[in-house]
Amino acid sequence: MAATLVLERLGCRVHFPTAQTCCGQPMFNTGHHADAAVLARRWIHVFEGFDAIITPSGSCAAMMKVHAPEMLRDDPEYATRAKVAAGKTYEFVEFLSRVLRVDLAGMGARHDSSATIHPACHLRELGLMDEPAGVLAQIKGLELHPLPSRDECCGFGGAFSVKHPAISGKMVENKVASVASTRSDALVCSDAGCAMNIDGACRKRGVRQRIISAPELIAESLGLLEREPLP
Amino acid sequence: MNEGLLFPPLPHRIESRAPAAARDISLQQFVRHATVTKDTGRVDACRAAFGERYDNLRRHAGAIKSHTLDHLDEYLERFEAAATRAGATVHWAADAASANRICLDIAKRINAKVCVKSKSMATEETRLLPELEAAGVKTIETDLGEFIVQLDGDAPSHIVTPMIHKNRASVARAFVRDLGAPYTEDPGELTMIARAHMRKLFERADLGISGGNFLIAETGSLVICTNEGNADLTVSLPPVHVALVGIEKLIPAMEHLPIFLKLLARSATAQPLTIYTTCVTGPARSAGQGSSADVDGPRELHIVLLDNGRSELLRAPTRELLRCIRCGACLNACPVYKAVGGGHAYGSVYSGPIGATITPHLKGLHNYPDLATASSLCGACFHACPVHIDLPAQLIALREEAARRHLNPAPERVTMKLWRWIMQSPARYRIASGLARFVLSRLDGVDIPLPGPLGAWTSCRTTPRPGAIDFRAWWNERQRTKANCGRPASDRGRA
Ligand code: SF4
Repeated sequence: MAATLVLERLGCRVHFPTAQTCCGQPMFNTGHHADAAVLARRWIHVFEGFDAIITPSGSCAAMMKVHAPEMLRDDPEYATRAKVAAGKTYEFVEFLSRVLRVDLAGMGARHDSSATIHPACHLRELGLMDEPAGVLAQIKGLELHPLPSRDECCGFGGAFSVKHPAISGKMVENKVASVASTRSDALVCSDAGCAMNIDGACRKRGVRQRIISAPELIAESLGLLEREPLP
Repeated sequence: MNEGLLFPPLPHRIESRAPAAARDISLQQFVRHATVTKDTGRVDACRAAFGERYDNLRRHAGAIKSHTLDHLDEYLERFEAAATRAGATVHWAADAASANRICLDIAKRINAKVCVKSKSMATEETRLLPELEAAGVKTIETDLGEFIVQLDGDAPSHIVTPMIHKNRASVARAFVRDLGAPYTEDPGELTMIARAHMRKLFERADLGISGGNFLIAETGSLVICTNEGNADLTVSLPPVHVALVGIEKLIPAMEHLPIFLKLLARSATAQPLTIYTTCVTGPARSAGQGSSADVDGPRELHIVLLDNGRSELLRAPTRELLRCIRCGACLNACPVYKAVGGGHAYGSVYSGPIGATITPHLKGLHNYPDLATASSLCGACFHACPVHIDLPAQLIALREEAARRHLNPAPERVTMKLWRWIMQSPARYRIASGLARFVLSRLDGVDIPLPGPLGAWTSCRTTPRPGAIDFRAWWNERQRTKANCGRPASDRGRA
């Protein structure tokens, strides 16, 4: 919702094809490639007609931009279509900074609070690890705290988190400790999976931490959304 | 050595060792501190030296290795010819047993009593040391880390930093116990104690054994990188030297060495170069009058080329794994390696991301069924690798093979089929997500143990909370109001 509001504010005509479901990443990651390919083809079919395809979730972006074209490269009907669709797929913040070249400060964005950023690992694949900080730094009044071991995975990894609870649990424990050490009002997370994981681990430990996405923080700073109270 | 750590009963599961390691606070601290320091050091060192060129450089290094592997047969023969011309003896070992037999035969022939050994993963892999000891050859690890591990009857837990799971106090204790040294935790003093002890053994040794970091096809040279200079002594003091080296260590010519030296040292220990880079081309040659020929070195130089499953990896999809220069950067970058307290949990000589990818190939996927799943695919390893090996893709390929051979859990296969079925239809998707939303909002992030596989989630987290707003409902409502009065509805909540 926040992504829609921000994009509209920036002058985009936003569509949400309600036929969309899942890009197939869970199957791809667990090695069920035939199943993943079915959903990836479906995804291409639903989205290829638009000028730009924006996803607020880093992992879906990585799936469609990197893995789908790779997976479908021998598919006579979809190989080229996958590449074309991949070329116009953007992670939300990437679209703002690299395509729209936004100037949030110039638009009056203001947020009197502090935040730290956990760029989801999929941004690493996309070469976008520093992108969220670059865009959020344009918000006046927002104090960005560096996150220790920022680039370290939070331990979600889909099926991994239920197959290897001891390992995944230790990883998220490390992440919660490093987030808490920054004493930030909000943790900005570039992926819904990471957010769900870190949120659950914070609550388990009684750590009160507001976790939001970059579009939400930007929407709040532009007055498009009211600030939510702390959890 | 504690053999069971690296050679556990098979099949071995990382999950059998991970929980205890995750709870071991001091182990976690040692490993975390060491790996984070090395990892940040690597990033800084590479950025300082290579800047923007770094990515091209590592692709280039990877391409040199790939080229060599594409023509491995030819380069191996070239190496053999050049090394033989230089006076070395080249042996071919198809597997661990034949490699060890070659080494033991040499030891027997020269009636070796004391062997000094520098660090080598290949000898760990073939378990040479216990065989030498059994044959009555006293063998001493001369790499400081390996030496401590040997004294403690422990096993290395990192391919570059074998005692990453220990601290200085445990070194001090081992020296008091086994060398009769006074207790000290001062690194300088500890080094001097080890040095004094080892010098005596170096002088007595009649056999030296090492591994190798690179083999140069053009010149038949063996290149060993160390920081302690122990490889130089291992090569040059005993009359006979045996190097056990994997066939993937080849590079075409001397001109290709610098790029690897630069990348290896920075990736492994954040140094511009390792302190010692030993290049051995043939045994000692007698210097004639006025000759500048090399008089250093062993009387006999043997190079044992080890296959031990490597040629199987030459198949196209796994060939890139053989590019590995064993720098350990992927281990240092890996959050899983940290979470399991270092290498022992992997139950294999090679640990971390490179271990998780090669071990199932070398020793059977059915013997290591959960190594490839023990990763969130975060990509930190790929990012760190100086020869650009796509380790996450290799993990996914292993998962694919496991799924094909039905080595993965049945519930996973069912879930994935079900997921696909649901996601193929927007109507089914709506029903399923509505249901999930309903259940999760009733639970609202409570801390309760859920049954079955979901219990794994709630062991360290509360139940997930859905967003405050159902995006699709919001969107539909908005489209309706827009159509009715041409302006957006009031907006509130989380999407
Ligand atoms: S896979 Fe790459 S990063 Fe890991 S040890 Fe080998 S060369 Fe180093």
